[in-house]
Amino acid sequence: MRTETEGAATAPQTEVFRVKDCALVALATGRKARSLQEFREVLRSIEAGSIYHHFWGGLLQPRFEEREFNNDFASWVRHGIHDAVLAERLAALHPARFVDLEELRTEILDLVDDRIDEADHLLWTRPTEQFEFICSQIVVFDTEIRLRHPRELAEHVSRMSTSSIFYHFIDARRRTPDHQDDFSDWLQAWGDEHRALLEALAGVDPYFGSLAELRSELATVCEAVHEGED
Amino acid sequence: MLQDYERVAGPDVIEQVRQLTRPLEGAKVVHVNSTRSGGGVAEILRKLVPFMQELGIDTHWEVITGDSDFFECTKGMHNTLQGNRMPIAENLLRVYEETNARTAEQLRPVLEDADFVFVHDPQPAALLEHFPDHKGKWVWRCHIDASHPYRPVWKYLRRFVTPYDASVFSLAAFAQELPHRQYLIPPSIDPLADKNVDLDRAIVDEVVGEYGIDPERPLIVQISRFDRFKDPVGVIRAFRLARRFVPSLQLVLAGGGASDDPEGEIVLSEVTAAAEQDPSIHVLLLPADANREVNALQRASDIVLQKSVREGFGLTVTEAMWKSRPVIGGDVGGIRLQVKNHHTGFLVNTPEGAALRIRYLLHQPDRIEEMGAKAKEFVRENFLITRHLREYLTLMHSLDHGRHEEMRLVVGEEA
Repeated sequence: MRTETEGAATAPQTEVFRVKDCALVALATGRKARSLQEFREVLRSIEAGSIYHHFWGGLLQPRFEEREFNNDFASWVRHGIHDAVLAERLAALHPARFVDLEELRTEILDLVDDRIDEADHLLWTRPTEQFEFICSQIVVFDTEIRLRHPRELAEHVSRMSTSSIFYHFIDARRRTPDHQDDFSDWLQAWGDEHRALLEALAGVDPYFGSLAELRSELATVCEAVHEGED
Repeated sequence: MLQDYERVAGPDVIEQVRQLTRPLEGAKVVHVNSTRSGGGVAEILRKLVPFMQELGIDTHWEVITGDSDFFECTKGMHNTLQGNRMPIAENLLRVYEETNARTAEQLRPVLEDADFVFVHDPQPAALLEHFPDHKGKWVWRCHIDASHPYRPVWKYLRRFVTPYDASVFSLAAFAQELPHRQYLIPPSIDPLADKNVDLDRAIVDEVVGEYGIDPERPLIVQISRFDRFKDPVGVIRAFRLARRFVPSLQLVLAGGGASDDPEGEIVLSEVTAAAEQDPSIHVLLLPADANREVNALQRASDIVLQKSVREGFGLTVTEAMWKSRPVIGGDVGGIRLQVKNHHTGFLVNTPEGAALRIRYLLHQPDRIEEMGAKAKEFVRENFLITRHLREYLTLMHSLDHGRHEEMRLVVGEEA
């Protein structure tokens, strides 16, 4: 057993792609917010893993198909605090664009402060539901499936579990040096040969819809590119 | 057994569980609870235990048994953890401790030898203090809505729970101040159990006929133990309010007794009195093994109610949703996790609120169908036993290897 620490590179060094899978278990942090001000205070010191969970890990948790926001903070601000403006600003955050979770934390705090400056009644607005800060652990395991050529990706992706899709296409953005998914990382090792597929993958937005829908979109994209090449 | 689940949950789900189990093969796991029949915990264990065995984990299921004083005490713990403010008599607490001490001696060989011990709910929680040198990981699994416990009883119980290696709660809101990791794992249903398998229409009609229910008239059903937290009397009130607008409406209140619940009979007599021999209200006390009947009653209903005022998770909600029925549920506990307001059913706070939603749905049969379909898919994705099993396995890996602050653990391969 080994642990993958924050920011460690796991880009494939060879042209073989090792398909991995993962399973997530959520943990209570015991910390909760009963107002926007309390939310701000907790966010300032909560472990980074909790920010990860509410932006990314939550995708593997029970959730309803119709996702309104791409992170739990935005959702709570909209439905607990009932402030659509801050909710929309939080929803616009793209976590992979930040160097690390600390930078993301600072940006969220800035957005909250800016909004409180604009509408100070939010300081004493009582939310209709409290926010529970959760974190998670992800156990990664090898499926023993190996892809030896990018063409095999199109064939295989539709058979991957949704959590395997999560691991390679979403979680990867926290692990790879360029904040990109594992498939793209692997394809880059093949030079310009698979540029079309790389560009097509870059156009897939993973944050809306279910993981099953994401899997099916990836399968369609891979197939379309390979048919075009043929 | 595993192949049977591939059909319902999908082959990728089963393959994933197999891969996750491989590094744990040969591990010895013991589950301890207080009854083999009746109640959601026994139902989960009845399937989870053989499932783990088939995957190659040496899994055992043990039960703590006690006299009526013991169960009076543990029922008191259950009620007070859910918020009832009522102290438990000292003499009952002594019985609780003695029963746990006696059970610890009986189970000593199997518990001492285990790699993982899952202790379910308060009844056997005090076992651990009799194993100060335990080698395995001990996990306390709390199935109860402990979001607002009566503090004196929780404080008493906490001293038994604190030394555990971890605890598991169904929702973040139920978690408590404890010095160990608190995992969050919702429970699940078994889609292939008698209570949930598809039934022929003929079987549904037969059961409905047996209980004198008119299949031509609209029917609402609440299936749950006769327990005040399930608010059966409130359901009768909601039914009467709705019937003013839907005169042909029928109600079934059906539940079994559980061997660890001494209050059931008292509540049943309150419900019978509230029903006032109304021929459209069917109060049914079902035996613990009446799974097919429960299945048929849920399938015969137009809408399922679970108007609880406190609820751990509410597996009857999951069961009803799996049968494509919209659920009108109390806005509490795990019901909130399952009933997505206006999508898979409605969350309500009063009998009046429940009555309004009953009327709304009975006048919009298309909505019943649409919500029912969404409800079934939501359960398939999130609340089947295969997901539950995967999270137990993940927890075992996490406990075996991980420190709390490590977000990712890699198992089953060389470093």
